[in-house]
Amino acid sequence: MTELVLPKIDRSILKRKDLIVKSLSSLTNAINILSDPDELKPYETDALSVYTQIPLAVVLPENTEEVSEILKFCYDENIKVIPRGAGTGLSGGALPLQDAILLGLGKFNKILEIDYENKCVVTQPGVTNLAITEAVQHKDLYYAPDPSSQLACSIGGNVAENSGGVHSLKYGTTTNNILGMEIVMMDGTICKLGGKSLDQEGYDLMGLMCGSEGLLGVITEVTVKILKKPQVVKAALIGFPSVQDGGNAASEIISSGIVPAGMEIMDKALIEATDNFSKAGYPRDAELLLIVELDGTESEVNELLKKVEEICKKNNCSSLKLSKNEKERLSFWLGRKSAFPACGAMAPDYYCMDGSIPRGKLALALTEIKKLSQKFKLPVANCFHAGDGNLHPLIMFDGNDKEQLRKTEQFGAEILKLCVRLGGVITGEHGVGIEKRELMCEMFNNNDIQQQLDIKKSLDEKNLLNPGKVYPILRKCAEQGRVHVHKNKNKFEDLPRF
Amino acid sequence: MSTKIKINSKIFQDSNNIYYPKDEIEVSNLIQEFYKKNLSTELVGTNSKYFIGNKTQSANKISLSKLSGIIEYLPEELYIKVKACTPIEEIENALEKKNQELAFEPIDFGFIENGKSKKGTIGGCVSSNYAGSRRIKVGSVRDHILGFKGVNGKGDIIKSGGTVVKNVTGYDLSKLIAGSFGTLVALTEITLKVLPKKISSSTIVIYTEDKKDVYKLFEKISDSGSETTAAIYLPNEPDSDDYKKNKDKVFKFNDLKFTGPFLALRIEGDKNSINEKIKTLSKELNLNNFKNTTLDVYQSVPFWKKINNLELFEKTNNNLLRCVITPSNGFKMIEYLSNKYKYYIDWGGSLFWIEVSGKKNDKIKEFKKLVSEYGGYLTIIKTSSDYDYGEALFTVDLARLKISEKIKKSFDPKRILNPGKMYRGI
Repeated sequence: MTELVLPKIDRSILKRKDLIVKSLSSLTNAINILSDPDELKPYETDALSVYTQIPLAVVLPENTEEVSEILKFCYDENIKVIPRGAGTGLSGGALPLQDAILLGLGKFNKILEIDYENKCVVTQPGVTNLAITEAVQHKDLYYAPDPSSQLACSIGGNVAENSGGVHSLKYGTTTNNILGMEIVMMDGTICKLGGKSLDQEGYDLMGLMCGSEGLLGVITEVTVKILKKPQVVKAALIGFPSVQDGGNAASEIISSGIVPAGMEIMDKALIEATDNFSKAGYPRDAELLLIVELDGTESEVNELLKKVEEICKKNNCSSLKLSKNEKERLSFWLGRKSAFPACGAMAPDYYCMDGSIPRGKLALALTEIKKLSQKFKLPVANCFHAGDGNLHPLIMFDGNDKEQLRKTEQFGAEILKLCVRLGGVITGEHGVGIEKRELMCEMFNNNDIQQQLDIKKSLDEKNLLNPGKVYPILRKCAEQGRVHVHKNKNKFEDLPRF
Repeated sequence: MSTKIKINSKIFQDSNNIYYPKDEIEVSNLIQEFYKKNLSTELVGTNSKYFIGNKTQSANKISLSKLSGIIEYLPEELYIKVKACTPIEEIENALEKKNQELAFEPIDFGFIENGKSKKGTIGGCVSSNYAGSRRIKVGSVRDHILGFKGVNGKGDIIKSGGTVVKNVTGYDLSKLIAGSFGTLVALTEITLKVLPKKISSSTIVIYTEDKKDVYKLFEKISDSGSETTAAIYLPNEPDSDDYKKNKDKVFKFNDLKFTGPFLALRIEGDKNSINEKIKTLSKELNLNNFKNTTLDVYQSVPFWKKINNLELFEKTNNNLLRCVITPSNGFKMIEYLSNKYKYYIDWGGSLFWIEVSGKKNDKIKEFKKLVSEYGGYLTIIKTSSDYDYGEALFTVDLARLKISEKIKKSFDPKRILNPGKMYRGI
């Protein structure tokens, strides 16, 4: 584990562990409480596995009332709570604390209602993203956001992180695809937001909860919108002799009025890595590979593909293949979807970054990342959701070498600062969590962060729910000299002012 | 006047103290001053939606109308960054030149006020979060806000979001600001997602006297893969000469051949794909069984403008209700309304615009109960001049109100900004 500042440990909680576990067993079935070190081990980390911490205990409640009672108990006893879905988050949002209860939503694993008439699914938060689509696909319906971890990630986690996927430009992220939710606040209050109808009057609390990374409430039920599958989906696989040409083509596709269902870019390093790994038949001579997916009616898709072809030819593409059938379309995606394991096969470890940049700055971003790669002497491969500007550089390193891990983290931080300089943001879809906490100061000033902390304080005044995540801890930010200590010093003891 | 009526009434105060800050620094200074002196203020733009919501209980008024102008428009990046009180028309004109648009179709509330267009500013549009007919396809106003800057109730300039569509950095305050009616921040800058303008549009009009068909058709439309971008039902109700005259005047199109109630659905795209979609929809909706007609692009575009301008309720002196319900309860709602009210249904069966006459709140009370049973909410958008305010203009349940109070406090602890505009205590 690399050095990480976490909220101050409340020793009195550690001393009371047995009593706390006993009290919890009166709130849910005793088998739902794990407190033995061996049982706790699997929960010590999420998908950002460089950080680990054994929690005080793990509680796996079975219904909303139990969640409410557990939170109320923790609130009264000043015990910190870390909510956790499937644990697939890449930013350490579910990293436990030594003196905290880890609240696992794994037993909330049922789809409660499929409402075809109103085109929605009411589900418990532990159901996986893909399971929702699988439950309705026999009627040609699907749930649109498709994060790459959709096989394993839970819908509750998707809401907490506002997960995206490759189709975000056209179909939006989680926040644009949910109709209702049930949440439990830290003091145990149960609140229903939205329902099955569109929009809500008053403050958009659902919009606030979505992407709040488990800091404001625990999600116990979600109602998602389901959509009819498009009639026709086709894709084009296009190689470019230079990063500049490919970047220009992607920008021109958007500015010409086409809204692709998905548009992905991979750099040379990734083309080779994925093609070796998956034998997808990618053009290996290309410096940049562009996959464009279009959906709609037959004539619409064909017309748009023609336009894409023209734009790519104008921008000097070196190869261009249009999918002739569904099998071929899926083969185009095969390499892209194996990008992560392909990198995993090339180095003992890889670190996946997640920033967003304006589409037009892609070539510049890739050139700068290349320079950084040389500076840190670490190889990097890049994939880019060109439709929505989401960049995923994959830094390859050896985690057993502490110096390499340190350099990797520095490299990653430099990339994200670059994203901000180019007019983008430090996280497109993975969340801030523990990983990018200190980088919040790159994007936000004291007022901006103070407002967010004030919201947190208003809904969780004791700062017990997932503390230490998302917002920077005093020391590091002050070192960067970007943030001042706020006048009100007694707010959030554990999240000191900056 | 009972206490309840007093609480809900529009307390009218003549306000002479109107401030016109020129930039966000001046807005911030002003609000800091109000904060120090414990003075509240009303926030206005160009007053296009002044009649929505309660009159704020404050003696001061800040007009943000001087914060106007496009800051940055990058068509290839699909965003436009504007000062908060930039007129909608100015934004639409700039986008039009690059074949782009605000896809959520801002509603023009000028027509219900005095029969003339008054689109107002983007700040007002975001603060009220009322999207037009394309809501069912592209989302609401809130789904198109990428970021904002504004001044909170302490006078601090704050920002959230950015210019990119994928952004999960910190809480998504853009969503919270949408529909908050200026009770959280005085908006100074807004970044909006823009989308390519659809090449063409056609509208299929389906005539049906049998009300049972309405929701069957709505459901089939939502089941279709043909991407319908709007669907409404316009009944011929109430059965009076006045109504018919008005309806015929508003919806006067060459190809609207019959006078009965009808459903209308819009298909957009290039001409070939529109034809293809019409062909598919004809089969899916069994259009052979209905009298139907198709409006070409020259009629389709103005038709939907009239819908989004609420022209059916032009210059209304009655209470105008906006009710959103779960579509599966729509048929029950139609039966309830039966021939007693002037109304139409938008958003493919989800949104009802209903005119309710009279000063008594009894009927509105009944509507509130019904709408809540039907899984939705009701807003009184405009009140009749003699409305007695027995029912609050907005609807909220206790749990949400408690959370909303806390959030209000975190932005505006002294209730400086638009106090009481939405709810008492907020």
